[in-house]
Amino acid sequence: MRRGISILTAAGLAMTLAACGGGSSDDSTSGAAEETTASETGASGSLTIWVDDNREVAVTDAAKAYEDATGTTVDVVVKDFANIRADFSAQVPTGEGPDITVGAHDWLGGFVKDGLVAPIEFGDALADFNTVSTDAFTYDGQVYGLPYAIENVAVIRNTALADSTPATFDEMLAKGKAAGTKYPFLIQVGDEGDAYTMYAFQTSFGAPVFVQNDDGSYSSELGLGGENGNNFAQWLQDQATAGVLDTNITYDVAVDAFSKGESPYIVGGPWMISAFTDAGIDVAVDPIPSAGGETASPFVGVQGFYVNANSQNQLTATDFLVNYLGTEDSQVALYEAGDRVPALNAAADAVSDDPIVAGFAAAAENAVPMPSIPEMDSVWSFWGVTEANIINGTATDAPAAWTEMVSNIQAELDK
Amino acid sequence: MTDVSPRTDERVKQKEPRKVFSQATNWGPGFLTKLILMAAVNALGLYVLVNAYTAGSWVVFGGMALILVAVDYVYFSKKTLALKYLTPGLVFLLVFQIFVILYTGYVALTNYGAGHMVNKSQAIDAILMQNTRRVEGTAQYPLAVVRNGSDLGFAIIENDEVFVGTADQPLEAVDGATIDGTRIAEVPGWEILSMGEVTENQTDVLALRVPISDDYEADGAIGTQTGTTGFVFRSVLTYDDSSDALTNEETGTVYTANGSTGQFESADGETLNPGWRVFVGLDNFKDAFGDGRYAGPFVKVLVWTFAFAFLSVATTFLLGMVLAMTMNDERMRGRKFYRTIMLMPYAFPAFMTAFLFAGLLNTKYGFFNEVLFGGAAIPWLQDPWLAKLSVLFVNLWMGFPYMFLICTGALQSIPSDMNEAARIDGANGFKVWRYITMPQLMIQVTPLLISSFAFNFNNFNLIYMLTNGGPRFEDSSVPVGSTDILISMVYQISGLSGEASRNFGLASAMSIIIFIIVGAVSAYSFKRSRSMEGAQ
Repeated sequence: MRRGISILTAAGLAMTLAACGGGSSDDSTSGAAEETTASETGASGSLTIWVDDNREVAVTDAAKAYEDATGTTVDVVVKDFANIRADFSAQVPTGEGPDITVGAHDWLGGFVKDGLVAPIEFGDALADFNTVSTDAFTYDGQVYGLPYAIENVAVIRNTALADSTPATFDEMLAKGKAAGTKYPFLIQVGDEGDAYTMYAFQTSFGAPVFVQNDDGSYSSELGLGGENGNNFAQWLQDQATAGVLDTNITYDVAVDAFSKGESPYIVGGPWMISAFTDAGIDVAVDPIPSAGGETASPFVGVQGFYVNANSQNQLTATDFLVNYLGTEDSQVALYEAGDRVPALNAAADAVSDDPIVAGFAAAAENAVPMPSIPEMDSVWSFWGVTEANIINGTATDAPAAWTEMVSNIQAELDK
Repeated sequence: MTDVSPRTDERVKQKEPRKVFSQATNWGPGFLTKLILMAAVNALGLYVLVNAYTAGSWVVFGGMALILVAVDYVYFSKKTLALKYLTPGLVFLLVFQIFVILYTGYVALTNYGAGHMVNKSQAIDAILMQNTRRVEGTAQYPLAVVRNGSDLGFAIIENDEVFVGTADQPLEAVDGATIDGTRIAEVPGWEILSMGEVTENQTDVLALRVPISDDYEADGAIGTQTGTTGFVFRSVLTYDDSSDALTNEETGTVYTANGSTGQFESADGETLNPGWRVFVGLDNFKDAFGDGRYAGPFVKVLVWTFAFAFLSVATTFLLGMVLAMTMNDERMRGRKFYRTIMLMPYAFPAFMTAFLFAGLLNTKYGFFNEVLFGGAAIPWLQDPWLAKLSVLFVNLWMGFPYMFLICTGALQSIPSDMNEAARIDGANGFKVWRYITMPQLMIQVTPLLISSFAFNFNNFNLIYMLTNGGPRFEDSSVPVGSTDILISMVYQISGLSGEASRNFGLASAMSIIIFIIVGAVSAYSFKRSRSMEGAQ
């Protein structure tokens, strides 16, 4: 009996120390790991890449090609896309984290401000990429990642219920009502609003979130206030009163209703398409109509790969991105994995006979890149919530609520 | 635990021989087992020590060394019988509680957050990296990494001619080099590195800058990021170790390190990103209470947190107790069946229940409005007061089975003859409950009610999955809402939700405040409950 106890205790102790080693020595092991990577593992060469399950197959193929060509082992780690940004921010400063991670371009400003990502010099190869995509990954004159796909929202039309998408919102609504379906038009809002999906309508009132410089880059001056912004707020309220906009329509509700043929029009992105085609609905993709008279410009989001600024394998990482993931084959493979328009022009051409891709690309001609400046982090929560408050009737004076929001964001920026 | 058995005379007699055969001194199988396990423990400890030493992490090194010495002493000494049992628990406590609390406390005193994520040397590296630019209008060159003894250099092709140089020796044309397409095949006097060799030396290759001409300042230098293509780079900023300052070579502006804000600053207040983590003292605590943007919401959230935790415990306990007493009545039929049904909500994962209720409470499409309220558009989760009510209701649904369970257990352990005695003395049903059942019940469940209060005080799952803190305060400039409790507010402020910029320092400071509140409330309550027990 007593021996049993002593064994148990000792075993418990062993585990404790193991846990202690794992728990408290985060900094220590990482530092040691760095040094070994530089001196020993560097010899065999290794890369760690974070991707989400969506892109795993495509990246694994490119990784295999790279392994075969150079003998460097590439470790592809699958992570939940929603956690990647926070995990990368937390791990890079401790010396951990991957050499390369997949990410969205609007994380860039924050990453640069925190010193987490390394610039990449593409040289002449830069011209082979879509300009919007490389601009999106440019911060202060330097490119910080390899763009691979462009995504934007557009109007997705049920071809059985409507033959075209008119150029103005009112005409589209009239056509939608004429179709006699449950909803004339669908757009997701939700309790916390969805400023991203709604943005094209806002820009059609001439109220961009940040004022753009002449070269297309964003200044840190807010552009969403003033008379134009107030007009947009008023429009939100009017449409809510008319029953067109509704915070109860979440992403799931909207996609479900459209899949059942309950509306001829929905505002959405490439990620929705498979749900509709699976439901047997024949869809076409058109640019978003203008609600306020000016051009309706949705946000373009660009997906890409970042290099860890503290990585000991920066040269290999850059080589892998520029010379392997940046090739036409890889970009087409990534397109097949996610249905998003490739950022490499040659790859985009190769898949352009798909009418859905062509539709989103046509809608993207009016689009503007989502700002990647660090200031953008301070905007989202106020913005969507204010829209939701106007739409659900919590804020009765829409222009006043909008003005209040602008001053709150300004206060956050000034802090 | 053997000593619990009755001490017979025989056992007392055995006491002397036992000491002789103690495993601390004897080479029995027990001692050998201990030796092996301790060897494993020491090996692990040494592994951590070596790692900590190479990384220069002295806190971990010192802590580990102390733990290791202490553990070895405890298990090989004859005098430390009690400690042999306590040590594993103490080590766990040290690592998982005390270390975490101290570390949180440390972060609370720094400006760790957006723009200050890295340490100073990483910040300098990042600033220099971000400000090393390709010189505009210059060409790119096919490049090979070459070696001459220990000297690394670059060979590039320009106008079908091969140039070679090293860090100290500007590029010069070499005769007799052969070019294969756009690749350099051979350079006399230099060995061309394969990609594998380049990978081996990548840190050096990345750092290598080969001047184009003697006039380094004007013409810049060739560098590479891939080992196959070279560009002309020039550093805009240079770092001077002795003055701890960065100088912009183009404008001449000097940015000096400011140790109190953790950023490089120029004379006219311009700062460079990224900054680094520095000690800021109690600033985060001042922000939590003094900064209007946090203080206003903080007080509202604090009041709601107390109300939420208290009401949650009160409602779930009352319902659980009433049900338990009903089910405990022997006159009731099918008690086992009902008891099983009662436990159903408890069997579901809490976060899923909350998420399901969020759907059920949807204003337009939810089950509650559509079926129970005949299509009324009641904004359950959008109106601040209704949202609070919904949170309490859902928590009642999730929480009463636990209370039901513990009350049932407690009730069954109360001897029924006391109740009978009271009845014989003439007490009615309510009086029996008030003076006999209730006090006995409370003695048993009070500690559980206190822990339930502490649990609900930090019931993040429910708030996150049901309302995510919403509806948002309209007048607030932080992303906090009417149903946010302190812990969910901390989550929002830490910036991990992506709704605000990251501020781990402030979030840690608020965690410490929560810790103090929960600790104080629990300590006070336990003290009270002990005095209640004493009164019995």
